[in-house]
Amino acid sequence: MTPELVGGLESPDYASHDHDAHEPYAPVFTGDVRRELDELLGRYPNKMAALLPALWIVQRERGWVPEEGMVEVAELLELTPAYVKGVVTFYTMYHQHPVGKYFIQVCTTSPCGICGAEDVVKAFLRHTNAGELGVTSPDGKFTVIEVECLGACGFATPVMVNEEFVESMTPDKVPDLLARLT
Amino acid sequence: MGFPHQPHPRETTVLSKYFGDADARTLDGWKKRGGYKALEKALGMAPADIVNVVKESGLRGRGGAGFPTGLKWSFMKPGDGKPHYLCCNADESEPGTFKDRELMRWTPHALVEGCAIGAYAIGAETAYIYIRGEFTEPLYWMEKAVKEAYAAGIIGKNAMGSGKRIDVHVHKGAGAYICGEETALMNSLEGRRGNPRIKPPFPAVSGVFGMPTTINNVETLIAAAPILLNGADWYKKMCLSNPKSTGTKLFSVCGNVVRPGTYEVVMGFPFREFLYDLCGGPLHGRKFKAVIPGGASVPIQTMDEAEATLMDYEGFVEKGSMLGSGGVIVIDDAQPMVTVIARIARFFAHESCAQCTQCREGTAWTTKILERIRDGEGTMEDLDTLMDIAEQMTGKTICVLSDSCAVPVVSGINKFRNEFEALIQGRRFHPVNAAVA
Repeated sequence: MTPELVGGLESPDYASHDHDAHEPYAPVFTGDVRRELDELLGRYPNKMAALLPALWIVQRERGWVPEEGMVEVAELLELTPAYVKGVVTFYTMYHQHPVGKYFIQVCTTSPCGICGAEDVVKAFLRHTNAGELGVTSPDGKFTVIEVECLGACGFATPVMVNEEFVESMTPDKVPDLLARLT
Repeated sequence: MGFPHQPHPRETTVLSKYFGDADARTLDGWKKRGGYKALEKALGMAPADIVNVVKESGLRGRGGAGFPTGLKWSFMKPGDGKPHYLCCNADESEPGTFKDRELMRWTPHALVEGCAIGAYAIGAETAYIYIRGEFTEPLYWMEKAVKEAYAAGIIGKNAMGSGKRIDVHVHKGAGAYICGEETALMNSLEGRRGNPRIKPPFPAVSGVFGMPTTINNVETLIAAAPILLNGADWYKKMCLSNPKSTGTKLFSVCGNVVRPGTYEVVMGFPFREFLYDLCGGPLHGRKFKAVIPGGASVPIQTMDEAEATLMDYEGFVEKGSMLGSGGVIVIDDAQPMVTVIARIARFFAHESCAQCTQCREGTAWTTKILERIRDGEGTMEDLDTLMDIAEQMTGKTICVLSDSCAVPVVSGINKFRNEFEALIQGRRFHPVNAAVA
C-alpha cells in the first residue's frame, strides 16, 4: 500500500517550515531579470501570454510563488492578481508554499506503479526523514511528493530532484542519490 | 531504434536513427547528418505543393487521433490577411508514452526543422513548441537548438536566405496533462488556465490568440522532413498492412518487459513479434497478461487480442483497442489488474480540469470505487455502478479526458471481470494463476 496522498485526491499541501515566508518580498523583475522578461514579451502578440514564463521566473528566483510575486507579475502583464492566482493554482508545478531545498517528485502512475514505484516512494520517505508525502523533512532539506506520469515510463522509476531528471530509480539507489544532495 | 538498447534488425529507423548519438544534438552534427536539407528544399517550393506531398504520403497525426496531416494543413487558408500560427504539441504526458522525449533530447534540430517546414507550409511566421514543464532535458536541448538555428540564420526574419520570416519559440508548460489537449494547450499558451475549449470553432478557424492555427505532434512534424526529401511514394511504400496507415511509427514500450525502450517499425508490423522479439518478451518466470497499446486512455487488450494485432491505426481498432500515441504498457501475470486500473483512474481524477461535471465527479467516484474494490471492500453492485458511471462519462464533455478514464475501466471489467469478482468475494490475488482463476 502506498501512503495515502495528503487530502486524498486533492493536491497535497506542500506545507513546510516557512523559512522563506517571513522574509520581506523584494521585487524579482529588476535589472537582468527584467530584461529577460522583456525579451520574452517579444515572442507573443500580447502580454498575457508571457504569464507562465513570468511565473517560472518568480519560482526560479524565490523558490516558490508567493502572493507578492503574483501581484508583481499581474502589474507587469496588466492582469489582476486574482486572475494570476487562478492560473497559478491550476498548474501543479508552481509551488504555492515554500518547499524543501530539494523537491523530490517520484512518478507513481500505472506504468511505473507496476515496476515498483511505490517502494521507491517509501525509500525516499524513510531516508529523507520527511515521513509523509508533501511534508518537508525537519532539516528543511527534502520534500517528497508523488507525481503523475513524468513521461519516461521506459526508465521506471523516473524521479525529479528540482530540475534534475533521474532515470531508473530503485529503492537501493536512494541513499546514494540523497548523499549527493547536500 | 530500440533506445536505450541496440537497434533491432527488424526495426526501420527513419526518425530514431540518431538516438543516443550525442553529436546529432548540435547544429554542426545535425547538418553533417543531412539536417536542414529538407527545409532548404521546402523553402524553394510553393506552400501548397508541400501540403500536397504530405497529403499524398498518407502521414497521419502521431499524437493519438491519427488525423491526416496534409488535410489538416490544407485547412489553413492562404491570404486571409490574418497571422497564422503553428503549435507543436510537446506536452507528452499520456502514461506509457515517451517517444517525443527521446526525439527532442536526441534530435532537437529535427524538430526545429519540422516546425519551420510546417510553419512555412501553413503560412505561419511563428511556431510555438509547447513542452511540458517536467521535461527539463528536452527543454534544455530544444532551447539550445533554437538558439543555434537563430544564430545560423536558419530561422528568424530571413530563414535560410529565403526572405521568409519563421520564428520558433519554446514555451514551457507547468504541469497539467490536460494541456496536451489541443485547445487546452492554446489556452495555456495564451496565459490562461488549461481548460479545453468547445469546438467548433476549430483551431484552423480560431486557434491560439483567436487566429488560424494548426497544431501537430512532435513526431508528425519531424516526419515531414524525410517525406519532403525522399518523396511521398517512398513514405507510402512503408506499409505492411492497411494502405491507410503509412510510414514508420515510434512505439515507446514500458512495464513488465525485458527491454523497455523506444522502437521504430513500419506500420502494420505484427505486434506479437514486436513484443516477443524486439522487446525481449516477458521477465524471467513471468507471462504477459495484458497490453495497453496506445497510452493509458485506450482499451486494454488481452494477450489473445494483442498477439493477433497488426500495428497500425486500423489494426489496433480491429483487435479491440487503438494505436493512440504508441505508448505500449505491458502488464504481466504478477500485476493485479484492479490495482493497475485503479491507478489509471486516479491519474485521470488528478488531471481532470474539472470544468465538466461528468468528468470532475466521474473520475473521482470511479477512483474511489475502484480503490474500494482493490482493498477488498467492494460489492458486486459496484461493478454495475462503475459501468453506469462510465456510460455517463462518455461522449458528454468538452474534451475526451472523461471518456479516456472510462475506457480502461470498461475494457478492464469486460476482459478481466474474474479478477474484480475474486477481490469482491474475498479471494486474494494470487499473481500467477489469477488470469485463469
